[in-house]
Amino acid sequence: MALDAKIPEGDLAQKWTNYKDHVSLVSPANKRKLEVIVIGTGLAGASAAATLGELGYKVKAFCFQDSPRRAHSIAAQGGINAAKNYQNDGDSVFRLFYETVKGGDYRSREANVYRLAQVSGNIIDQCVAQGVPFAREYGGLLSNRSFGGTQVQRTFYAAGQTGQQLLLGAYSALERQVALGNITMYARHEMHDIVKIDGKARGIIARNLVTGKLERYFGHAVLICSGGYGNVFYLSTNAMGSNVTAAWKSHKKGAYFANPCFTQIHPTCIPVTGDHQSKLTLMSESLRNDGRIWVPKNKDEKRKAVEIPHNERDYYLERRYPAFGNLVPRDVASRAAKERCDAGFGVGTTKMAVYLDFADAIKRYGKQALHKKGLKDESDETITQLGKEVIAEKYGNLFEMYEKITGENPYNVPMRIYPAVHYTMGGLWVDYELMTTVPGLYSLGEANFSDHGANRLGASALMQGLADGYFVIAYTLSRYMAGEIRTDAIPVTHPAFEETETAVKERIEKLMNVKGKESVESFHKRLGKIMWEKCGMARNAKGLTEAIAEIKNLREEFWNNVKIPGEIFEMNPELDKAGRVADFLELGELICIDALNRSESCGGHFREESQTPEGEALRKDDEFSYVAAWEYTDHGEVMHKEDLHFEVAKPSQRSYK
Amino acid sequence: MEHYNMNLTLKVWRQKNSETKGRFETYEVKDISSEMSFLEMFDVLNERLIEEGKDPIAFDNDCREGICGACSMYIDGRAHGPWKKNTVCQLHMRAYKDGDTIVVEPWRSAAFPVIKDLMVDRKAFDRIIQAGGFISVNTGNAADANALPVDRAKSEEAFNAAACIGCGACVAACPNGSAMLFVSAKVSQLALLPQGEPEKNTRVLNMVGQMDKEGFGNCGNIYNCEAECPKGISVENIARMNREYLGASLSSEI
Repeated sequence: MALDAKIPEGDLAQKWTNYKDHVSLVSPANKRKLEVIVIGTGLAGASAAATLGELGYKVKAFCFQDSPRRAHSIAAQGGINAAKNYQNDGDSVFRLFYETVKGGDYRSREANVYRLAQVSGNIIDQCVAQGVPFAREYGGLLSNRSFGGTQVQRTFYAAGQTGQQLLLGAYSALERQVALGNITMYARHEMHDIVKIDGKARGIIARNLVTGKLERYFGHAVLICSGGYGNVFYLSTNAMGSNVTAAWKSHKKGAYFANPCFTQIHPTCIPVTGDHQSKLTLMSESLRNDGRIWVPKNKDEKRKAVEIPHNERDYYLERRYPAFGNLVPRDVASRAAKERCDAGFGVGTTKMAVYLDFADAIKRYGKQALHKKGLKDESDETITQLGKEVIAEKYGNLFEMYEKITGENPYNVPMRIYPAVHYTMGGLWVDYELMTTVPGLYSLGEANFSDHGANRLGASALMQGLADGYFVIAYTLSRYMAGEIRTDAIPVTHPAFEETETAVKERIEKLMNVKGKESVESFHKRLGKIMWEKCGMARNAKGLTEAIAEIKNLREEFWNNVKIPGEIFEMNPELDKAGRVADFLELGELICIDALNRSESCGGHFREESQTPEGEALRKDDEFSYVAAWEYTDHGEVMHKEDLHFEVAKPSQRSYK
Repeated sequence: MEHYNMNLTLKVWRQKNSETKGRFETYEVKDISSEMSFLEMFDVLNERLIEEGKDPIAFDNDCREGICGACSMYIDGRAHGPWKKNTVCQLHMRAYKDGDTIVVEPWRSAAFPVIKDLMVDRKAFDRIIQAGGFISVNTGNAADANALPVDRAKSEEAFNAAACIGCGACVAACPNGSAMLFVSAKVSQLALLPQGEPEKNTRVLNMVGQMDKEGFGNCGNIYNCEAECPKGISVENIARMNREYLGASLSSEI
């Protein structure tokens, strides 16, 4: 199948306007007859469900959590970008577009990114109208801060709980539509397969996680908004339940999977302490606004951080990248941390950590506060106290979280941080309309691949999830639905539902019947170890080839030796997890295949064979300026290319020096 | 931080489903590191139960960073355990010492029926939000975000109320099983913002009405809710909601 991204004609800046002006519409009377299934209730899913419900479509929304409010978007901390230029610091739609394409290392689609930048301002308007309590200045207007990879202040935030506040806004909008009867919410339900009829997505098979029963649901269209697949690495900043199942089942039903190897390793996470570790916790990138990252210059440093004088510290980001300093993009910051630790300069008991230090910021803010209060000649103690108060206002909840986990007080000693898997830029291939290669099957938010290229800039995930859900899908779905107004709801007794449900049932029974000796958790950990060691921050052909073979073996072992307690027809979290890990065991192989194929370095994908003399990522534009979209076939994954054309943001070697 | 290992005795509520009766089971767990989280300690126990061919303990959890509100354990008589302003997932084992016995139960409330073991059904909270926990603004209807300045102090107060994670600890901690803290947090957030003004009367009446319908108890001014709230939501919100409710009741009678 030829990949047609369906990018509208015209100038980059006019494409979306032209599209909206000419897209087919559906009358209110017809919308009431058209049904949409939404999988996942994070920012993308909840905002899409609410918006489509408001328009009059009949929406069925699904989440595996006990309430739609718990989707993992809730954990996003730092902020959301928008090209409002409220700070008058030179921001614009173009600049947000350009920096996103550059930050993504020229592996994203220009037209999509431009649209994202265009609607970014509307998102802030919408959220404020919903009652999202963004941070404000004394005059009552909205406040902004900086994030990595950019030199303007365009990030809107609500302390370190921006994701929570945005998600609760979308959740409220969703629940309002539930009350109005436009959305039916199915919590504690997990999608197990897509039902296709005549080549189109027409419904799903879901498992009720409380009763264990399989249920059938029809939809004229299905939206996959199920988030990213970072948990394939076992340890990540994702929630325990975050999984690839909905996206992977879609892939196996014909949706191409694009750039799976583009995974983001976030530079500032709390380091691993031991084998018991079940997940990793992010410390927001916004901390790099004020925190300085360093390691000791001396390899065998024994002193405590606060005892090491400034001239014996290596502020390696400021040293290597003076223009952006501590605010280089995530991929750059992560690799730099790995480089220092691998070279033996790491700190903490494991030596796999670097310092993130707020002492200088506390002093600076303290002096400012002193000035504001009209005080002079106060003691250092007073200055420090005032400075800590400012820091607490900006990052209080993050500092508390750090202290709860580590038992150390980051107001007094520097945080210890290390990179961890955080976000996946890859995902289901979608065209400009967010439709996958299966007609009627869409993908929004982190679950799709489209906007971030090979590296996502901070505060852009929230922007993309809400752009897709609030402002894009309503139009693009309309184009498809206009062709469906004569399709009556298909009864779920249709043979396609019957067959799909049988296949799902057989797979669950097969899992339960393995009755082996090793727990699901153990297999998941082993998979994660392979992925982290051989397909993590640095990758090479030898390691990837080994990983592919090891994952294949592990998968076979899983299906012969996994041990799942309990029964099918009850609440059985181990069985739920087993299904997800089984899918990760297939996805993991595809990630490595994709990483092996892409023998260039770009963004978060660093191939050791392709680097500059200074050790920076070296792209090969003439060879790899394409999206690798993988098709699932009976004889393995087959790659299709979508060539990328850069008409406006001309590729150059990224430099943050 | 110094770390150490410990052996513990756990008494955990086990209940197959909502239809069957539950009971406490006792488990000995060994070599637990003080660096583990409380839920990681449960992971270790569950792995052992699976190995022994027994049913692992079911409990809700997801983000494990204290923000999703899924985790919900009543530990030694306290919602979310011994630490102040904390969720179970952020409770770490350095809170305990070798030889301790820990009793773990689900949230106890008529409005939160047990699904299995430590998992309860909190859909009642969603239904309260459906009754009015929103501002009726369809996508695309919004004015420019800076068109309406908002008093910074009020905005901050709204934010503090909006920090609620909907975990239900306030209900579990209350001898009356009252949901006033949860409901008042949302009522306050929206009442404090100019955007929430047009619907403030119907919102508070409908949300309180739904809360009563769900079978939550009345507030007895005991304030366990505030003491156990992982996000430090203040009982001042309850006072504000009562004022809002009174005002709305009076104005709706005219």
